[in-house]
Amino acid sequence: MKQGFRQSMAWMHTWSGLVVGWVLFAVFVTGTASYYRAEISRWMQPELRREAAITPETLAASADLAVAHLQAHAGGARMWFVTLPTPERPLVELFWRNRPGTPPGHVLLDPQSGAPAEMRATRGGDFFYRFHFELNLPPLWGRWIVGICAMVMLVALVSGIVTHRRIFSDFFTLRRDKAAQRGWLDAHNVSGVLALPFHLMITYTGVVTLAIMYMPWGVTAAYRGDQQAFFAETGQVTRNRPPAGEPGTLAPVGPMVAKALATIPEPLERLSILNPRDANSTVVAVFEEPHGLSHQHPQVAFAGTSGTVVEVLSGGLRPAAKTFTTMVGLHEAHFAGAALRGLFFLCGLLGCAMVGSGLVLWTVARLPKSGVAAGFGWRLVHTLNLGTIAGLPAGIAAYLLANRLLPLDLAGRAEREVWVFFGAWIAVAVAGAWPAPRRAWRGALALVAALFVAVVLADVATARALWDDPAWFLGFDAALLALAAGFASISYKVARFAAPRRARRAADAPAAAPQMGRA
Amino acid sequence: MAGRVVLAIGGGYGIAGLATALLSLTLPMSRAEAVTTATLASFAIMVGIVVVAFAARSLARAAAIVGGLALLLGAALWLVMGSTTGFTP
Repeated sequence: MKQGFRQSMAWMHTWSGLVVGWVLFAVFVTGTASYYRAEISRWMQPELRREAAITPETLAASADLAVAHLQAHAGGARMWFVTLPTPERPLVELFWRNRPGTPPGHVLLDPQSGAPAEMRATRGGDFFYRFHFELNLPPLWGRWIVGICAMVMLVALVSGIVTHRRIFSDFFTLRRDKAAQRGWLDAHNVSGVLALPFHLMITYTGVVTLAIMYMPWGVTAAYRGDQQAFFAETGQVTRNRPPAGEPGTLAPVGPMVAKALATIPEPLERLSILNPRDANSTVVAVFEEPHGLSHQHPQVAFAGTSGTVVEVLSGGLRPAAKTFTTMVGLHEAHFAGAALRGLFFLCGLLGCAMVGSGLVLWTVARLPKSGVAAGFGWRLVHTLNLGTIAGLPAGIAAYLLANRLLPLDLAGRAEREVWVFFGAWIAVAVAGAWPAPRRAWRGALALVAALFVAVVLADVATARALWDDPAWFLGFDAALLALAAGFASISYKVARFAAPRRARRAADAPAAAPQMGRA
Repeated sequence: MAGRVVLAIGGGYGIAGLATALLSLTLPMSRAEAVTTATLASFAIMVGIVVVAFAARSLARAAAIVGGLALLLGAALWLVMGSTTGFTP
């Protein structure tokens, strides 16, 4: 019975891991990159000039400029979102939701003049952030696919733990000089076990970030499906104020910003303005999270037409709600300082390594015997492995390269960058399907390394004059070069990998069969 | 194995959903707290059911465990819903 249990867990681990491994790899890579989302965005808009400080007066004035722009250009919208300037990103970002069927609007403004900011159009690090949980699909589809894959990952983690007899010794075991399969198994175990608490935490909290979408039945039973009421009752959002259906005039938001700043001591992050032309319009000032793990934004809600405060949310969550926001906070790691964020990033890389090595292990363990042609299933898995593990990094490098090389005034420039991302990814996946497996891996990984080097060269050649802080940009470029070196060294190892030492020793002996170690 | 996969997915989500709804209505805390607690726990419940579906000695046994649990939870939920409909605002 014991044996049977472990075997069925091993079966579940192998096949559940294979089925979702490719999506999970992409989710892990883009999620890991998202720890540096703000930095990626800054690098992708080198025109940006940071400022020493933003005064409350500037905040109030820029909010008024934002609303003036929205009144002129987005009068029919149901919701306006205004991200206010910060010293790191002194820009006003406007986003508005139109009636269903019309795409949302988006623009960046200069906080001094209120005119559109003179900056190259790009989705920056936000593209990776959204891809991480929506895969660039329609949001509902993407979120469900990622959620299902995350649940399978959770099951794969649990069954992976059960499959292990000796989890402690796996910490210290990496047998590179034995058979290839043994080496890949050890690599999978080390990357999985070393960061196991991180993997479990990040997977469970990841599902929890969209828990109410995936598991709405509690809200259905207790709130008859009214999610807005649920979130308001837990104290995470301000209470819903339904539109009156009569026209109304929005009061100036500058004084509301000043009042909000006097109420909450955190930096003000954004304004949400609901039903802006209705008599029952609402302005919500949303602040950054206070220091701590919990992902909970203090908020002040105003009646839009009068500017009077209707609700203040600041702390005071009850235990379960606090647990929920803390789990979301752990997932996003906004609380983490530079060192801790670096550790999260490394753990994320270990997660990529765990998923990637698991996928490769599947093919290595089923390597066709020499002289036998690989079956269709093996070729398919190999092609998808290479297409994902080398193709996605190639796409990321190409995305950054496009940011530096596409003409600045190109129409739809931000979307073109995304096309380049997918174009490069697909090109690598398709091109990698033809050559012999080892040559394909070597070539694709070398290409990724070359692309990252090209990004740095393009940055230095085209954007050097724009850098407001050369040391910072050089640091970012150095990180890209480190990535390039990593891919180059893997490519080199793949090329150099010969029959393992033991097999070689056996081959040195007269009359030994060559290549015996690769099965 | 295909039967177990279907049972694990359908049964796992179904039982997690039923348990979430039931706990949301019965946990001895405020409504918002009960729903949050139940929803947070639901994914662990689902993983547990998936493991059971694969660990049981035979498919029939697995189906019996999962089906029995679902019936039990469903009946309890039906009773609780019936007794509270008069009171909920």
